[in-house]
Amino acid sequence: MLLGPALGVSAILFSIGVLGVLMRRNAIVLFMCIELMLNAVNLSLVALSQQLGVDGQVLVFFVMTVAAAEAAVGFAVIIAIYRHKETVDLQDLNLLRG
Amino acid sequence: MVGILFWIHAGLAIASAILCVTRRSPVASALWLILTLFSTAVLYVLLDAHFIAALQIMVYSGAIMVLFLFVIMLLNLGDQLADDIKGWGFGRPLAILLAAFVGIELWVVTKVAPDAQLLLPTGAMDEMVSTEGAVGLIARTLYTEYLIPFELTAVLLLAAIAGAVVLAKRRV
Repeated sequence: MLLGPALGVSAILFSIGVLGVLMRRNAIVLFMCIELMLNAVNLSLVALSQQLGVDGQVLVFFVMTVAAAEAAVGFAVIIAIYRHKETVDLQDLNLLRG
Repeated sequence: MVGILFWIHAGLAIASAILCVTRRSPVASALWLILTLFSTAVLYVLLDAHFIAALQIMVYSGAIMVLFLFVIMLLNLGDQLADDIKGWGFGRPLAILLAAFVGIELWVVTKVAPDAQLLLPTGAMDEMVSTEGAVGLIARTLYTEYLIPFELTAVLLLAAIAGAVVLAKRRV
C-alpha cells in the first residue's frame, strides 16, 4: 500500500517545483520547474489510479500531451523574445511595468 | 522489496529535483531533471502503471528534455552562469508559513485514506495488467470512455504546432 507515501513524495516534488519558479530568473529553468510540477501531479494521479481504477492513468496521458504542447509553444515564445531582447532573464522582461 | 525500491527512488527523485532547482547552469538543471523523471518512471512501475512509465521515459525524458537542451544550445545559454537565483528578500516569513502549510498537508495526506467503497481490492490493478496487458488496459478506456477528449487532443497538438511555427518564424 504505497498510496500515502506516493502522495507525500508528489507533494514534496510539487513544492520543489514551486520553489524553483519563485527563485529562478532564467526562463528556461522556469519551464523545467513547471515540468517538475506537472510530473508531481502525474505521480499523484498514478498513485490514486492504483487504488481507484485506470482513469487516472488516462488522465496522465492527457497531462503529458498538454505538457508537450506547452513546452513547444513556450519555447517558441522564448525564442521570439530572445530575438528582440537578447536575453531570457525574467528580470529584464519588464515591459508591462513600464 | 517494493517498499525499499520505492524509498530509494523517491529519495533519488527528490534529491535530483532539489539539485535541478539550485544548479546555476541550465544544462546541469536539465540533466538533473532527467534523473528526476527517470526515478519517477521507476515509481510508476512500482505503482503498477507500466505503460505510463514507458511513456514517461519516451515522451518526457526523450522528447521534451531533448527540446529543452536544444533550445539551451540554440540560444547559447550553456555557459552563461550569471547569478540568477534570487535571494530571500522579504519573502522569508511567507516562505516559512507556506512550508508549514505543506508540512501539515503532507501529514494529513498520509493519515487520510480514500473512501473504502471506491477502492479496488488489493492487487486488482496488477491482475488487470496481467490479463489485459498494460497497454490494452489504458487503450480500452481511452478509445471508449475518453474518445472525445482524445480527439480534441489531436486538435490541441495541431494548434500547438501551428502556434510554435508562427511564433518562432522570422517572417510568416
